[in-house]
Amino acid sequence: MCLAIPALIKVIEDKEAEAEIGGITRRISLWLTPEARVGDYVLVHTGYAINILDEEEAEETLTLLQQIAELAEEEG
Amino acid sequence: MKFVSEFRRSELAEGLISKIHRKSKTPVRFMEFCGGHTVTIFRYGIRQVLPSTIDMVSGPGCPICVTANADLDKAIALAQIPEVIIATFGDMVKVPGSHSSLQQVKADGADVHVVYSTTDALKIAEDNPTKSVVFLGIGFETTAPTIAASILQAEEKGIRNYYVLSLHKLCPPVIRALLDSGEVKLDGLICPGHVSAIIGSHPWEFIARDYGIPCVVSGFEPLDILQCVDMLVAQIESGESKVEIAYRRGVRPEGNQQALKLMEQVFKPCPAQWRGMGEVDHSGLKLRKKYQRFDAELAFDIAPGPTYEPVGCICGDILRGVKTPTDCPLFGKACTPQYPVGPCMVSSEGSCSAHYLYGGGFEG
Repeated sequence: MCLAIPALIKVIEDKEAEAEIGGITRRISLWLTPEARVGDYVLVHTGYAINILDEEEAEETLTLLQQIAELAEEEG
Repeated sequence: MKFVSEFRRSELAEGLISKIHRKSKTPVRFMEFCGGHTVTIFRYGIRQVLPSTIDMVSGPGCPICVTANADLDKAIALAQIPEVIIATFGDMVKVPGSHSSLQQVKADGADVHVVYSTTDALKIAEDNPTKSVVFLGIGFETTAPTIAASILQAEEKGIRNYYVLSLHKLCPPVIRALLDSGEVKLDGLICPGHVSAIIGSHPWEFIARDYGIPCVVSGFEPLDILQCVDMLVAQIESGESKVEIAYRRGVRPEGNQQALKLMEQVFKPCPAQWRGMGEVDHSGLKLRKKYQRFDAELAFDIAPGPTYEPVGCICGDILRGVKTPTDCPLFGKACTPQYPVGPCMVSSEGSCSAHYLYGGGFEG
């Protein structure tokens, strides 16, 4: 029910946007994320962007997980 | 960066699993509050890859599952009013109430529309000016701001035939009620990711502070859950209890201030009925006085009659984490996703549905 999926904002018109979700373009509402810009990835829940995804944080998490995986391999 | 496939990489999962096995010494029980997490855990077989020291239990985080029969009956009674169109999210239509379901009354002629978003419900209201459109406001803090936004849009556009049956639920108060009941002992909590996208991580702090239970906010991909478990294990083994965010790409400690502002503008907390838990103080949302003309309960005279619970169904115990779906005599026999008796089998993120679809009879 709290499902939210990443979508890439392509065009913004007032409080709405066209966003690409897995290759499909959908209209979404920006009422909850007025600061969203074209090129941002947002989390879309029931047609509303509920947050802007932070790419830097995502990269940092993946780097951390990579380090954990490398350490696990070393320790066998 | 697509924010999905990167968080499903098996070599990174192997690293986390190996670390969890190395570090976890103390026997613990972790609860995933959120039904979305339950689905990820079952779909990817996460219980099976964890060490025997870690016991996982599902929580009450499925809004459809926790909706009390008395509230479902109100929705069904509203659907039976001739000039009313019900707009609702999909799973709600199949949930059996005391006497019927939205699906059944629709078959008997009621006008029930399944919608993806409140924006669809507003469009139905605009297209049907002689009818009244009632949106079933089911959901946690993730969904409530979208429904607040729909009310503000209806006001802005002068849509006067749009109403909301506000059955929203708030998560932190019910976790407090669950912990205070003493029925289920928890050593760690996997906090809901998209509820936290709205409310932030601060509202969970009382759990770590007052109950000494480590909390980690998780995302919904398999690596997110494993990272969250790893962080919980690290807190357990170092004797700490604090709130951390594993899902940092989607959740900020302060949450989404705009969403919180709209929710606060339109709704105020009230007591709410939870299936299996009864009434919990400050765990629901009702419309503020200024927006009461959108309140379906005030706008329509409904008398749903006495409430009955399905005989033999233990959804209430499952939602409190004191029983599992396979403890239920109806599970997989009288109650299946095709012919559900209780809501935990109806909702795609209900525990019973997840056990039925992915469990394979395995108890982790």
